[in-house]
Amino acid sequence: MNLAAATNENLAQVSNVLIYSSMAVYLLAFFANMAEWIFGSRSKTGRAAAALTAQKPAKTAAAPAVQVKKNGSTAVLERPQVVTRAASGSRGDVPDGPGASGGDEQGDLYGRIAVSLTALGFLIEFCGVLTRALSVQRAPWGNMYEFSITFSTVAVGVYLALLAMKKNVRWLGLPLVITVLLDLGLAVTVLYTASDQLVPALHSYWLYIHVSTAIFCGAVFYVGAVGTLLYLFKDSYENKLVKGGTPGRFATSVLERLPASASLDKFSYRVNAAVFPLWTFTIIAGAIWAGDAWGRYWEWDPKETWSFITWVAYACYLHARATAGWKGRKAAYLALIAFACWLFNYYGVNIFVSGKHSYAGV
Amino acid sequence: MSKTNTPEEASEQEAVAQLSTAPQEDRTPGSAKFGVIGWARWFWRQLTSMRVALILLFLLSLAAIPGSLIPQSGTDQMKVDAFKKAHEHLGPVYDKLGLFHVYSSVWFSAIYILLFVSLIGCIIPRTWQFVGQLRGRPPGAPKRLDRMPAYATWRTETGADEVREAALTLLRKRRYRSHVAGSAVAAEKGYLREAGNLVFHISLIVMLVGFATGQLFKSDGTKLILEGDGFANTLTQYDDFSSGNLFDKDTGLEPFSFTLKDFTGTYERSGPNKGTARTYKADVVYSEGADGKEKNATIKVNEPLKINGTKVFLSGHGYAPVVTVRDGKGKVVSKQAVPLLPIDSNQTSTGAVKVMDGYKNGQGKKEQLGFNAFFVPTFAGSGKGDMFSQFPALDFPVLALSAYHGSLGVDSGIPQNVYQLDTTNMKQFKDSKGALLKKRLLPGESMKLPNGAGSVTFEKGVKEWATFEVAKQPGTDWALIGAIGAIAGLVGSLFIQRRRVWVRATTGDDGVTVVEMAGLGRSESAKLPEELGALVDKVHARAPSAPEPSADSEDSETTAVPAAEGAEK
Ligand code: HEM
Repeated sequence: MNLAAATNENLAQVSNVLIYSSMAVYLLAFFANMAEWIFGSRSKTGRAAAALTAQKPAKTAAAPAVQVKKNGSTAVLERPQVVTRAASGSRGDVPDGPGASGGDEQGDLYGRIAVSLTALGFLIEFCGVLTRALSVQRAPWGNMYEFSITFSTVAVGVYLALLAMKKNVRWLGLPLVITVLLDLGLAVTVLYTASDQLVPALHSYWLYIHVSTAIFCGAVFYVGAVGTLLYLFKDSYENKLVKGGTPGRFATSVLERLPASASLDKFSYRVNAAVFPLWTFTIIAGAIWAGDAWGRYWEWDPKETWSFITWVAYACYLHARATAGWKGRKAAYLALIAFACWLFNYYGVNIFVSGKHSYAGV
Repeated sequence: MSKTNTPEEASEQEAVAQLSTAPQEDRTPGSAKFGVIGWARWFWRQLTSMRVALILLFLLSLAAIPGSLIPQSGTDQMKVDAFKKAHEHLGPVYDKLGLFHVYSSVWFSAIYILLFVSLIGCIIPRTWQFVGQLRGRPPGAPKRLDRMPAYATWRTETGADEVREAALTLLRKRRYRSHVAGSAVAAEKGYLREAGNLVFHISLIVMLVGFATGQLFKSDGTKLILEGDGFANTLTQYDDFSSGNLFDKDTGLEPFSFTLKDFTGTYERSGPNKGTARTYKADVVYSEGADGKEKNATIKVNEPLKINGTKVFLSGHGYAPVVTVRDGKGKVVSKQAVPLLPIDSNQTSTGAVKVMDGYKNGQGKKEQLGFNAFFVPTFAGSGKGDMFSQFPALDFPVLALSAYHGSLGVDSGIPQNVYQLDTTNMKQFKDSKGALLKKRLLPGESMKLPNGAGSVTFEKGVKEWATFEVAKQPGTDWALIGAIGAIAGLVGSLFIQRRRVWVRATTGDDGVTVVEMAGLGRSESAKLPEELGALVDKVHARAPSAPEPSADSEDSETTAVPAAEGAEK
């Protein structure tokens, strides 16, 4: 073995250690998230409940003309305030929950710790991916192990980026960390492949473009799917309240702290809609690459087929939101189906179906 | 809808109208008269409705699934045959349903053709409507601006005309299409959303047309070429050729020719992926047209040679040992590089060496010779395991031959597989023990045929061959243009908000002007109130608030902040 190969082996080792370390840190982040939720359950917030039960139906709420001025003040330079009003008929006036900590100080502290730990885990995992890339001297996307570690890194990165953009997404923390742990656990046990270089068919700069955007899209679709799932829960909860039911204590405690169903719905729509063009691009980039590598742009190879199915499913979802009678829950189910298609494409096709994309190394 | 609306509701509906060109849902089948035309119209309206588009899209994704799970004859006929053998009853049923060629089956085609008919039926009226909107003006302000999703109001001593003028200038500067309608300025922005949406859907059609053209006019053939040999792009030269229904056999093929100078393959030497290919490249000399200038090129797996829309791909490779056959007198009757077909990833290869003519046996009689050939580029070593290759590179080449004589059956008129020996009319050469004569040869070694029948030599210097796929698929440019258009359109359609802003200024009896500003978007968006806020600031700077006449009396009457607002504080 020559010197370069030895350093590569070493780097691969370093990468493995980093990945394991990041798992440990994510595990701590998981506990901190749990602590946040548990301490948060001490606070009794019932904003959604209050908004939905105490308040009269939308009509009367909508009726009064809103004169926007500070009460009693005569300050002339006061800037007129913009009043927003939800479209009639929607439950848009339910306030968002306060987040996992429920306003509890200790809970909030743990929440902040969780975010810090997640960020730390992200840095370590990122270095793990980077050293892996250096050890194989190419982009770290040659097999499923590498996909998986890159995927979770990007998913956490998307979460942290949303936080940095001051978006109200801390509620994503716990489900995200759980999935990341599952993903990494699967990666290091079942999917692990010793580092190695690529077969010639994979050598192309389209690889960098196609695979990196595919991983990124997956991470964002994942975030959208979590939002959608929580939307469904919260929506049922609000429906129950509107109908005068009393949801269980656990459901109340958890769901009261989440954003309003309308906010969750909007969030997941934005996220899904925002990456849809990129997903379109990913498929087209893949077709161009296939055209170069295999001589045919589109062969209905299982991976291609499932990318197409995923694409059409998301197109369905976007259409559904513009179609009367399909907004809300029905559209949300479509979004979940679409994400399931993506997941199947990612795991299922590599494992159960053989095709030209079978470089997965499992 | 036929219920009487209050004037307020009516003006509101007008303000919201045409914020998109999406077709309205329509469930009632036409008017009272219900003739054939009525039904046709109803059917057409159904087909081009959003709901049906949604259903068709959903069906399309469902219908694509079986093709990914059941072997497809288009991609792998062998798997299809194996499947049919394994499932005696299911096979014929699947066959009937077209499940072995889902993507060209009647039902799959029906779905996407319906979808595209629906799409065209949807786009044309939407485009007209959109052009109409571009020509018209944004609708005037609704009566009750405070019912819009974002709203602000204040009183000012600036004159109403002046406020409107200021608002109009401001909105125009911000590239709103604006005009004064009655007491209010009406403005709209974000038409690119609709344009983007239309571009996206039109691009889908362009893309489909591109693909369809490609399918109909494509040609695709393969050719095995030995190092040193050449190829000219005519039908007769192909080993294998297929083409679309509208392909023109006389003019469809691009005239060009090339010679394979050298093929190079390198492989991973160690590690878990030992033997995996690292590089494959073919150095060729080619010339375009009947007799163009010769140019050098290298064809790699991801880098086909492109000649005027025709692409030459490197699709496979193997070895061709050079074999010399001599007759009993030592005269060379045949010296040829024999391409052998790999049967595993380490290039263990099999094939046949055939000597058709020129050979006379020991008795001076004309005969044909045939050898079954088994070749490994890297031999394990004698006594070590079997005769399978250990590595795909030429590290320790060994050729095993077994010898036959008689008639190869090539004259019988039945097309023959060049890689297989038909031994029905051949006799085995026997070794001293009476068994089939066979021998493993190292490069340079020979095998003597018994009874002065001659010899066969495995020459040093094994040649390599490569297979090339020559493919032409017109219309891909259109597909690509469609794809780029689709992405651009999507970006416009998903990231741009179409929104309306109204600024109403009315002078009350007390001579003070009441300014009302409202914004309306297609969907509720956090950006809209923000944008309105910025506009309000600008207008407010030109028309500052008037001092409140009597602070308490009026305010307490009109201020009723909703409970939800209060809860936020
Ligand atoms: C060929 C399959 C189709 C695909 C892949 C597709 C895809 C899409 C996508 C991704 C969007 C979202 C973009 C946006 O929200 O602006 C969209 C919007 C839209 N599509 Fe399609 N579409 C297809 C066929 C159709 C058909 C047949 C119709 C007509 C019935 C149609 C009408 C619309 C309309 C009106 C919108 C805009 C909805 C809105 O304004 O929010 N589409 N389509």
